Amino acid sequence: MTQLALVIDLNVCVGCHACVTNCKQWNTSGSAGPLLDANPYEADPTGTFFNRVQTFEVGTYPNTQTVHFPKSCLHCEDPPCVPVCPTGASYKRKEDGIVLVDYDKCIGCKYCAWACPYGVREFDEQRKVMTKCTLCVDRIYDEALPESERKPACVLACPAGARIFGDVHDPESEASVAISDNGGYALMPECGTQPANHYLPRRKTALKIQNEQLYRSANPLKVEGTAPLPPSSEDFAT
Amino acid sequence: MTMRPLHDPMAKPPSQEPCVVRTTTCYMCACRCGIRVHVRDGEVRYIEGNPEHPLNKGVICAKGSSGIMKQYSPARLTRPLLRKPGSERGANEYTEISWDEAYALLEARLRKLRATDPKQFALFTGRDQMQALTGLFARQFGTPNYAAHGGFCSVNMAAGMIYTIGGSFWEFGGPDLERARLFFMIGTAEDHHSNPLKSAIAKFKRNGGRFIAINPVRTGYAAIADEWVPIKPGTDGALMLALIREIIALGLYDRDFLTRYTNSGQLVNQDPTSNDFGMMMRNPEGDVINPLRPHNFYWWDRHTAAPVATHTEGTDPALFGEFFMGSTPVKPAFQLLKERVYACTPEWAEGITGIPADTIRRLAHEMGVTARDQKIELPIAWTDCWGQQHESVTGSPVAFHAMRGLAAHSNGFHAIRALAILMSLLGTIDRPGGFRHKSPYPRAIPPNARPPKGPQAVKPNTPLDGAPLGWPESPDDLFVDEAGQPVRIDKGFSWEYPLSAHGLMHNVITNAWRGAPYPIDTLLLFMANMAWNSSMNTRNIRNMLVDKREDGEYKIPFIVVCDAFQSETTAFADLILPDTTYLERHDCMSMLDRPISEYEGPTDAVRIPVLPPKGECRPFQEVLIELASRLQFPAFTTAEGQRKFKDYPDFIVNYETAPGSGIGFLTGWRGKHGEKSMRGEPNPMQWEMYAKNNCFHHETLPPSYQYMRNWNRGYMQWAQQAGLRRDNDPIVIHIYSEFLQSFRLAAQGKRPGKQPPDNLRHRVDTYFDPLPFWHESLEQHQSDNVRYPLNAITQRPMAMYHSWDSQNAWLRQIHAHNYLYVNSATAQAAGVEDGGWLWVESQWGKVRCLCRYSEAVEPGTVWTWNAIGKSSGAWGLAADANESQKGFLLNHLISEELAANGEGQRFSNSDPVTGQAAWYDVKVRIYPAQPDEAKHSWPQFDTMKAIPGMGRLPAWLSFFAGKGGQ
Repeated sequence: MTQLALVIDLNVCVGCHACVTNCKQWNTSGSAGPLLDANPYEADPTGTFFNRVQTFEVGTYPNTQTVHFPKSCLHCEDPPCVPVCPTGASYKRKEDGIVLVDYDKCIGCKYCAWACPYGVREFDEQRKVMTKCTLCVDRIYDEALPESERKPACVLACPAGARIFGDVHDPESEASVAISDNGGYALMPECGTQPANHYLPRRKTALKIQNEQLYRSANPLKVEGTAPLPPSSEDFAT
Repeated sequence: MTMRPLHDPMAKPPSQEPCVVRTTTCYMCACRCGIRVHVRDGEVRYIEGNPEHPLNKGVICAKGSSGIMKQYSPARLTRPLLRKPGSERGANEYTEISWDEAYALLEARLRKLRATDPKQFALFTGRDQMQALTGLFARQFGTPNYAAHGGFCSVNMAAGMIYTIGGSFWEFGGPDLERARLFFMIGTAEDHHSNPLKSAIAKFKRNGGRFIAINPVRTGYAAIADEWVPIKPGTDGALMLALIREIIALGLYDRDFLTRYTNSGQLVNQDPTSNDFGMMMRNPEGDVINPLRPHNFYWWDRHTAAPVATHTEGTDPALFGEFFMGSTPVKPAFQLLKERVYACTPEWAEGITGIPADTIRRLAHEMGVTARDQKIELPIAWTDCWGQQHESVTGSPVAFHAMRGLAAHSNGFHAIRALAILMSLLGTIDRPGGFRHKSPYPRAIPPNARPPKGPQAVKPNTPLDGAPLGWPESPDDLFVDEAGQPVRIDKGFSWEYPLSAHGLMHNVITNAWRGAPYPIDTLLLFMANMAWNSSMNTRNIRNMLVDKREDGEYKIPFIVVCDAFQSETTAFADLILPDTTYLERHDCMSMLDRPISEYEGPTDAVRIPVLPPKGECRPFQEVLIELASRLQFPAFTTAEGQRKFKDYPDFIVNYETAPGSGIGFLTGWRGKHGEKSMRGEPNPMQWEMYAKNNCFHHETLPPSYQYMRNWNRGYMQWAQQAGLRRDNDPIVIHIYSEFLQSFRLAAQGKRPGKQPPDNLRHRVDTYFDPLPFWHESLEQHQSDNVRYPLNAITQRPMAMYHSWDSQNAWLRQIHAHNYLYVNSATAQAAGVEDGGWLWVESQWGKVRCLCRYSEAVEPGTVWTWNAIGKSSGAWGLAADANESQKGFLLNHLISEELAANGEGQRFSNSDPVTGQAAWYDVKVRIYPAQPDEAKHSWPQFDTMKAIPGMGRLPAWLSFFAGKGGQ
């Protein structure tokens, strides 16, 4: 059974928000749109974004990490937003595992938003319906697009290539391989929701220079008739 | 209810027409990605990165993805506007006029200025990507008073590196992260090549590369660095010098590279009594190679212990030692560098930078050992300029990137020279894994264009002899009068800022207001927000714009602003010209300016309109062509006195730099039928051919021409034929700069020719050091560092880099207002709460703003996102928008001029070598706002009212393309 999902690589995400606004422009004029903006030119503008980037700091100076954390619907395998929906508007597609909201059934009761532990549902105050990430379901099967472009807008936009799209039930998929190779993890597993989206952690590349590596017989200083001195020495210039 | 969905999530939206997809080039920032614009029923439905484009290869950023909201912003200016007679500047009272009226008004005014004193007309442009055209307009007008925003952006980066290696980070070169193993990013540097850099860094990290960020703040790309090294602002030069010292001390430099490709082995006159002290020894009988730039230098040959012409076969220069040529003591340039950095120990640098000495040492070892032990060899044979054949191209996998963080300091030029020298020591210039050039660079050190040489260059009804901006090689290239005083309104190329290759736009308004060096009549600003975030000392600058002479006339009598959006600056315009957006115009990213070249070869690009202009908007390009034609500039007029070019597209196709040169604004599809590249006669179908090729032209050089281009004979010959270079002599790296020394000798009275005024001799003598050195910033030198202990700097967030998008409904939701980020310990010590209001104060002024605690900033620095704070009512925003009520502008704390010196003189708050605006030098203190104070940012300005032609502000926006926008 297919489960489409995003794998987000925090190791390379620079927090540029490309995924945020590209999602917005694709979806506002797509089948899920329009995506509302309240007070667009006034105080406290606030609009619908299926995907947002949160930035936070971890640690204490100088051992600080700045983490950019893109977050959208995780398309849970066991989505708590579905059973709470009184009208069946919130549903999970059997064929690909995408969690969607049927606007024509939604009555705007927001039970799903309360049930979602990840805070990724976006209520449209004008249409009075719940909206959310569709994994660009109106793109990914569109045969009018070249196959390389049948991906969510956020994935295609991401300059860092930090978003991998694929079937996480297919162990051979690029998404699954990225998870297994890099210690990919799901958010808040204790909730039992089994999010389909995964995150790849920061990975650090270190370099240890051994002291003896500083010396080579073919040292250019020797050409000039001098010798390399221990790095702490201060009289090399004499 | 049925289990079957009612709403079809895959349904195509109803529309009368299918989307039309057109390619063009983005202009939401300076990056210039290829885009595909989907238009449905006349409205933009989607803007995506063009996968066929070499620069962004299909990706796009947050700004590029928000172009729709720029296009449909209510802040759009849509018709020419004239300040109402009798109304005051700044009151926003305007009358709609026709373009005919606007042109007639401008034509009459400019014609008179051109016929009397062309200097009275000043043209300054902001994020102008058509400087080849705006510069040509100024030149043809005959005014030297022209520059773009480089002087307040990053000219130190351009000049510091171009005077050293003949190329620069910028559009003109960058790190080869495909092959690098170790990458250092120093200071804020995310802009310019932003999308390609994001892609390259991500790929680099995935390939196991190690990324070290040296920055007072951990944000931007530094967030994903493997190591963050916090540094105090303005101390980068000290770090570079200490790294150079370690690299030399341990012999971790690339000697083969230094001897052959840099001037390290060249002998420098060390006779202090000589008028040529500090200049290179030259052999009058030697082979000059290029008479315009003689190469008759000496090495001290180690084998024969005698001076020889450089690059003599079978010889090898000594890099160390002291020798005599006759009675003249001489030293190799590298010996002088070694002596210069002798005292620059890691411990010395620790005291300045705040970086532990052991860390500095380790960084030096990492770069030195990686460069030495992980050599790259590519099986590409090439021949150098001296005729030696090489079987392969080699390199070292250590790359750097830096931009404004290093540049925007009054000591930035020398810090960047030091960085370029460090990169050269590691042997990483135009080699795989290191720094690589992009066409039209490398260029001569310095490039051949020179500024006008004196007041005689400015004549009524006559174009300037050359471009208004250039690269002085010696004091004789300065643009000064007999008394050594400036000729430009911004004092560029004067003894105060001799190498100001990009001008000093940040001083234009102050100088014109003061009437020193002289008053001007008309100031035309294009895309430059000089009444807000592009000026330092913003409050006073705004007052200068409305200040009047005794006769009641404004001190700057006529201000013309051309922009696509209402801004803080349009309020001060006497005439407003509504520009188009990037989706409504023809444009080109020209090889004559700043193209989008790749490492592998020259690339240029165009914009082709996707939409018709809104309202009465006209592209600024068309305005310039129209005015140039009406004023009958020679380059725009036929021999019979007729208009030469119908419009901008016609100009681009048919203009040649010289009659028959075959060189024009675009390099692609030249020749009668488009069969030629780089050079060829005009092709009437050139625009169509660009359109068919995704709006760009890219020429891939043969692999043997892609590296070592400073010294690559094949490349040089090709570049000369292609018109990228005048000459084909090698571009030897200037570890030691005798050009800088020539200014010092003039200051010491040892050099004939132009002399600095006596009051500037000491200044020139100090800062024109042929070797880099670190000095405290000029502002800091004048600040009470006990009262103002903190550095205050700005960065731009990625969703707003180089962009003008406070008017953008989507982007402003990401950054509607800014905070002052303060290290938690620093904030607590000052009694400032997280999320609380505080005052930040410099010797120049104070600002009230909101505080945010941070652990990602070094304790001696506070910082904020720049240009988020706006004036109330500007940019089509409501009076109470967050941008003006909670947002703030740090510029109020920064002066455009330093405090008066002992003689009452006020210099620009700029680098004394290049005139680069020293934005990042300001020192501040912080203290909490009192509980009874107003809960909004300060200073506040009168709310700007909307002007005719702007859109209404909807309470809700539910954009859906193809149904009329709302």
